[in-house]
Amino acid sequence: MKLELEVNGAAAHVEASPWKRLLDVLREDLRLTGTKEGCGEGECGACTVMLDGEAVNSCLVAVGQCHGRKVVTVEGLAAQRAGEAEVLHAVQRALVTCGGAQCGICTPGIAVCAVHVVDSGALHGADDATARAKVRELLAGNICRCTGYQLIVDAVIAAARELEGARS
Amino acid sequence: MHRANPPVGASLPRVDGIAKVTGRARYLDDLDAPQAWFGATVRSRVPHGVLEALDRDPAFDWSQVAVATAADIPGRNVIALIEDDQPALVPIGGRVMHVDEPLALVAAPTKALAFAAAKALHPRIRPLPPVFTIDDALAGAQQLYKDDNVFKQFLIRKGHTTDAELDAAFASAAQVIEGTYWTSPQEQMYIEPQAMMAEWVDGRCHIVGSMQCPYYVHKAMKALLGCDADGVVIAQSVTGGGFGGKEEYPSMLAAHVALLAAAAKRPVKIVYERDEDIAATTKRHPARTHHRIAVDARGEICAMDIDCVMDGGAYLTLSPVVLSRGVLHAAGPYRCPITRVRGRVVATNYPPHGAFRGFGAPQTTFAYERQMQKLARARGEDAIALRKRLALRSGDATSTGQVLGFSVGTDEVFAAVEGIAGPAPARSGTSAAGSPVRRGRGFVFYFHGAGFTGSGEQRLAGRATVAALPDGRFEVRSSSTDIGQGSITMFVQIAAAALGVDPGRVAVIDPSTSRVPDSGPTVASRTCMVVGGVVDRAARVLRARLESWGAEHGVAGDLAAIARAHGEVVGELAETVTYEPPPGIQWDDATYTGSAYPVYGWGACLVDVAVDLDTYEVAIERCIQAIDVGKAINPTIVKGQIEGGTLQALGWAVLENVVYKDGRVANANMTNCIVPTFADAPELETVLVEVPYPFGPSGAKGVGEIPMDGPAAAVANAVEDALGCAFDALPISPEAVAQSRAAWRLS
Repeated sequence: MKLELEVNGAAAHVEASPWKRLLDVLREDLRLTGTKEGCGEGECGACTVMLDGEAVNSCLVAVGQCHGRKVVTVEGLAAQRAGEAEVLHAVQRALVTCGGAQCGICTPGIAVCAVHVVDSGALHGADDATARAKVRELLAGNICRCTGYQLIVDAVIAAARELEGARS
Repeated sequence: MHRANPPVGASLPRVDGIAKVTGRARYLDDLDAPQAWFGATVRSRVPHGVLEALDRDPAFDWSQVAVATAADIPGRNVIALIEDDQPALVPIGGRVMHVDEPLALVAAPTKALAFAAAKALHPRIRPLPPVFTIDDALAGAQQLYKDDNVFKQFLIRKGHTTDAELDAAFASAAQVIEGTYWTSPQEQMYIEPQAMMAEWVDGRCHIVGSMQCPYYVHKAMKALLGCDADGVVIAQSVTGGGFGGKEEYPSMLAAHVALLAAAAKRPVKIVYERDEDIAATTKRHPARTHHRIAVDARGEICAMDIDCVMDGGAYLTLSPVVLSRGVLHAAGPYRCPITRVRGRVVATNYPPHGAFRGFGAPQTTFAYERQMQKLARARGEDAIALRKRLALRSGDATSTGQVLGFSVGTDEVFAAVEGIAGPAPARSGTSAAGSPVRRGRGFVFYFHGAGFTGSGEQRLAGRATVAALPDGRFEVRSSSTDIGQGSITMFVQIAAAALGVDPGRVAVIDPSTSRVPDSGPTVASRTCMVVGGVVDRAARVLRARLESWGAEHGVAGDLAAIARAHGEVVGELAETVTYEPPPGIQWDDATYTGSAYPVYGWGACLVDVAVDLDTYEVAIERCIQAIDVGKAINPTIVKGQIEGGTLQALGWAVLENVVYKDGRVANANMTNCIVPTFADAPELETVLVEVPYPFGPSGAKGVGEIPMDGPAAAVANAVEDALGCAFDALPISPEAVAQSRAAWRLS
């Protein structure tokens, strides 16, 4: 069937079975391979994307559910204006500088989920210990086998503080 | 020792960081390959038997797919590594040795069709009785490997020549501590499943995929395809984690895609599904270790006797080397004049166990650090004080008689942990959910040999190249793979420091056997220390050659300017250097005596746990790791390595497990084969200790594996402290805690 989605701010016309996984439509039909498949059963979170502003496992979403909806993938996190250099989201920058990415296969899903957490203001005003506990709770659906999570938590907190500073 | 010039010691952001946070890094399944077909594997459903036939379902349209069997193998039907006992595909009439063993292959234009074809190919297997326990293997219940089912055994004797002398030492002891310790199989759970693609071009096979060791795959493909070194090219794609799981197994996938690409006459890729990956690929060797310590009246250790048996699974793979590392660490970093270590690894009908971070050492470390805890309790001595009193220091000899000289960080790691530990938490309390909890504290001290065992590094003779390009940039060429551990960033730092150039001028090329020398495999905590050392030396020699060429030809300016001038006149200048062992390394493979490793990393770990008395869950509330790494080339990357290894060890301690039923993995999915999440992980307190290794780059020694060795025993010691009874088997799951109820001694 014919489906219309908004993917990373641009209209995307897809002809696919409504049962096709959103993950496969992104990777195969739209060649957005930043979204990864780690388990195919909603456990690892490597395929996390935002669907109308909510973080979802794209391996568990049938594309038929996405008609007329907005999808943001890892490729859509950085700001990109025509003719200008790409500007990474604060979360992406912090993941690099804090050492939050190692092998990188879980990183797109973690970046999407962390951007969701930071941009939603969930950490706003929380002291460090509370914010760290909150990050651990809100990112618990994304598995990383490399880092032990410590440096990812550091990165998410650093990005949240940077954005808070910019707002105030 | 070389002075550490910048940027060595600085936490440069990893060079592949931006590609990874933007999703631009391309892993195997992300590569553009519109012509590629998908491969699928027909596997055994029985653990032991004889393959009598492969029946094709006549209702299936076989014209639309390609099929490959053992009969299509042009060379030898083996996965060449140490011993040629494992086939790439079981031939008709051949023996099936484990569930999920590959029997045949299919490829099709779509994944769905490939899976359908694999289902339509029915193996007929005459079953044989399987062997599922170490004891049945040793008793010879079925003959699986040679006449005794023992893949390999070792015997280390220190300070005695006969068993009678050892027995006498135990007989005269004031006190003997004895126990048997079980460690469970563990899944590596890299988040990118095994993935590989092959294409034949003009009779040459090009293989690209997710792997740790391109030259291991190269060796295996030469044997399988019956070609010379130029007949096959192996390239690594960006690799989503390995932890040992992509050390030997990728040769199996490479064999399969090579055969399918030939049969289909087009590129073929195989990307394992998660359930297939967990079910069919290697796990950490489960082990049973019996450990006895004899102490005299003053509390000094006078003898140790250790017997470790590991389950190797169905084929030999890397088991002898895993066992070797296990026995070489089994006596721990403690002084002992009389030591006997026996080790055996046996054949069973489980899928082969293989490489996993720590490589045999975590199993025996769990045993000796539980023993030290029991010794401390039996003597009523403080756990840290006892270990400090008995620990190896410079001038002491290990179980193989290696007298330690430089880079022994014993006192430094103890001090680092004690400096931040503070008092133990109150024994009784309540959890966040309001359940009663008992708290306890555990401590371990441990070591890990860096690099290959004994004379392994001399035999390997790893090489690396540093080249000055005509455009004034510099390039590092090595077969070491970055599988997330940050090796390419560290190589950039090491080369830039040695060349005296900005790190932005140095690049590490992607490993392909057509373009890089054999630096040895990416294993054994050797990449930074050994290959990094070779890169360091190659860069220094290159710099000296460039500078003298510049002086001769009157070229002014920095090294980049000289490289450009050299490029215009002569072209690229490349320097390839081979590993040279540090002086004084002597090892005897026959008696297992001498310098087992060129140097050791040293670790101390403290864990606080809270055991929930309602749910029986063990929560790890605190974990301090102090690790002596020699020199942290990039402190953030080193910290990330230690923390990743630490959490894998904590997971192994309390919640990870691989459950087999009739030889099949019963929990082959991420829902049931669990690993720690953000919410399971404690805040990790990591201390980098730097006691330099004079023969490593800027003093660096291995770090990849050591954090895996200690924490599991620290958790067990903490749970024992909390509940007053021993925990000698992993994992310490809620079920295990519940079963121990009758033994609790709550003080």
